[in-house]
Amino acid sequence: MKQDIFQAIADPTRRAILTLLAIQALTPNVMAEKFDMTRQAVSKHIKVLHECDLVRPKQSGREIYYHFNAKKMQEFDNWLAQFRQNWETQFNQLDQLLTTIKTQK
Amino acid sequence: MNKDLLFDFNVDKAAKMVYITREFNASQSLVWDAFTKAELLDQWGAPAPMRAQTKYMDFKVGGRRFYAMISPDGQERWSVQEFTSITPKTNFKMYNAFADKDENRELPGSEWDYNFSEQNGITRVDITIYNESFERLEKLLEGFKIGFTMTLKNLEELLATLS
Repeated sequence: MKQDIFQAIADPTRRAILTLLAIQALTPNVMAEKFDMTRQAVSKHIKVLHECDLVRPKQSGREIYYHFNAKKMQEFDNWLAQFRQNWETQFNQLDQLLTTIKTQK
Repeated sequence: MNKDLLFDFNVDKAAKMVYITREFNASQSLVWDAFTKAELLDQWGAPAPMRAQTKYMDFKVGGRRFYAMISPDGQERWSVQEFTSITPKTNFKMYNAFADKDENRELPGSEWDYNFSEQNGITRVDITIYNESFERLEKLLEGFKIGFTMTLKNLEELLATLS
């Protein structure tokens, strides 16, 4: 993750944008309308999302449509699962240690 | 994996918090020791095939634990834990930061809060971790990409030899 994906998701507006894009690809103009925001404000959010690869632009005629990158979100979830797995491994090791200590007493 | 004991792992992305809850089949004072004594911590405090090695640990408010996670190929990743608050047997808080082998810290780090409680001989540990940035968590994982050799099967075998 080049950009901090966490920063990207931490913002409620960006989360709302992602939710919207998960349903259908949109142009920045349409997003601005839907969120009642300036085109400039939308562009800023899109830039952050694009930098961490959560959205991808696609040219279609004269318009740029932004698509939600589900694969990236999946990677992020996999990454979290791995983090959870680390803890699980450690705690299982602790279970064994506690068992060992208890039997020694 | 012990199916009777609670294990909960949640990430609040917006608040940059990680919440971990785990129950252990042991008394509160024994579990407390396992989390606060270097010689015990080193026996479980890194996911196999990594291992933890404490250089020194001064478990008091303002004291530090300086330790390394060592990978099977001998690579060391050093960290410093600074204890900011201790209520014996029930709670301790620390500030955790990566460091080099000379104990120079890479800030910012993360804030850890551990709570211990016992009911009917089962001790519950609640851990919250606050990270200023998610990239830190990423870094934590870097060292673990070796892949886990510790399968459940190995674990069962180990448990069988212990009981």
